[in-house]
Amino acid sequence: MLKVEDIHVYYGDSHVLQGVSLEVKSKEIVCLLGRNGAGKSTTMLGIVGVNPPRFGKVFLNGIDITKAAVYRKIRDGLAFVPEDRRIFAGLTVQENLEVAVLPPREGKRQWTIDRIYENFPLLIALKNRKGGNLSGGEQQMLAIARALVGNPLMLLLDEPCEGLAPVIVEELGKVIIGLKSEMPVLLAEQNAHFALSVSDRGYVIDKGVIRYEGTADDLLTNTEIQSRYLSV
Amino acid sequence: MRSYKNLFLWFFLLAALASVPFLLPVYWIMILTEILVMSMFAMSFNLLFGYTGLLSFGQAGFFGTGGYLAVLTLLHGSTSIWVALVAGVLGSGLIALIIGWLCVRRDEIYFAILTLGFGMMLFTIAHNWRSVTGGSDGLGNFSVPEVDFLGVVLTLADPKIFYFFVLIIVLLGTWLLSRIVNSPFGLLLKAARENSNRIAFIGANVRSLRLFAFVIAGALAGASGVLFAMFNRIASPEMLHWSFSGKVILMTLLGGSGVFFGPAVGAAIFFVLEHIITSFTTNWMIFLGIILVLLVLLFPSGVLGSLLETWGRIRKGHKL
Repeated sequence: MLKVEDIHVYYGDSHVLQGVSLEVKSKEIVCLLGRNGAGKSTTMLGIVGVNPPRFGKVFLNGIDITKAAVYRKIRDGLAFVPEDRRIFAGLTVQENLEVAVLPPREGKRQWTIDRIYENFPLLIALKNRKGGNLSGGEQQMLAIARALVGNPLMLLLDEPCEGLAPVIVEELGKVIIGLKSEMPVLLAEQNAHFALSVSDRGYVIDKGVIRYEGTADDLLTNTEIQSRYLSV
Repeated sequence: MRSYKNLFLWFFLLAALASVPFLLPVYWIMILTEILVMSMFAMSFNLLFGYTGLLSFGQAGFFGTGGYLAVLTLLHGSTSIWVALVAGVLGSGLIALIIGWLCVRRDEIYFAILTLGFGMMLFTIAHNWRSVTGGSDGLGNFSVPEVDFLGVVLTLADPKIFYFFVLIIVLLGTWLLSRIVNSPFGLLLKAARENSNRIAFIGANVRSLRLFAFVIAGALAGASGVLFAMFNRIASPEMLHWSFSGKVILMTLLGGSGVFFGPAVGAAIFFVLEHIITSFTTNWMIFLGIILVLLVLLFPSGVLGSLLETWGRIRKGHKL
């Protein structure tokens, strides 16, 4: 589904990602783990093209999308929920969903706004509330819901549980697992326990380089990797 | 319920505007005509400013382009007002497409300066290309067109008839703007105003969105310019000057950029104040300036915007 080949991302002159490769197959939830500043968000932004890689390639379903504009990639099916959620604060919940609707994809059940409300019943009561007046958890749910109405092929989530209460994080986990039958997910997380509880596989990134790759069970039991690269 | 109430409001507004020529003296009919023309200009500017978040300092360029093209059409082409109007609207829309294509690549102050620069380029063309535009004298001396209304030929030289003509065009323009603002596309514009980076994450191309708004605003500014030139019987270079763009910005801020009819209310306040003050002093700019400063300070969301906010708070039962 998504294949990232040896991407190098720079911030100005500083060489932040030094050749990151990873892959997400269909029906798979994959996490990208690492400490603060390890390069998780940079990888996500590099894939989406906000800060496009200077070298290396990104493939979606075998098509090279490295150089495509951000909005193009989203239309091609790569949904992205950024770190700070970025819902439209001045629009209502309903309007936030309406602006993001993209045509359905062949062979996939369409995510209509009604279907969103069925799957995120918490949003129904907030329909006419301004996005800026929602709690952090509600905003996160809305951000994911908004990504879904774009009928994507896959979903990129950048630190979805940052700053959320444990109860909400648990709720979020159920939502992500629920998506597994629909589309693959790439999840960048600092919270390794949470991420590994929902993922099939994981990559560990540190200082802009992938240090380890393994199944979720492998990573959960590998204390050496955990203590060296993750603050667990 | 809400749309029912809106319908009633529209009907009331229409009835009031349509009955005005039978109630007011000619002098005030003409002021009201001018207010209507500037209202459409200001509301079209607000599609860019209030809804899309782009401050253009060059809207007068499109306003004047519309005016000159209409007068040129009447002088050298057709004597039909409709042909002149279409020429003005299409011409200014086309110029807006070209200039907009370059300007929407930047936002904030850079966009403001780019539009200011292009607006002044258009001003310079109108001012210096004497053989075509008449230079600083402007372009007049056209015969005021007639309109054929259901077989009856009416002359636009009659202030009452011209008022109704302007009213119809302005209503059409306003209807078009309200359709755009209330469509899903209007939501996208609002979203783009909030954050132009976010908009790409929902698969929207911010440049095309902005360009579309820019062309619509430019074409409607052109339509307003056509009416303005007909009203004054002349197209003059001042119509394209940046200070004229500034006037529209002022009207919009005065009435409230966050409300659909805010710019129209701003235009009305501006003209009524101007006419009242000029009637008793020649130093009217000073007094107008003082009053405008006070209004902007007292009504931070514009006069209409602040009134609606207060009304909303009263209805919700909050204290003021």
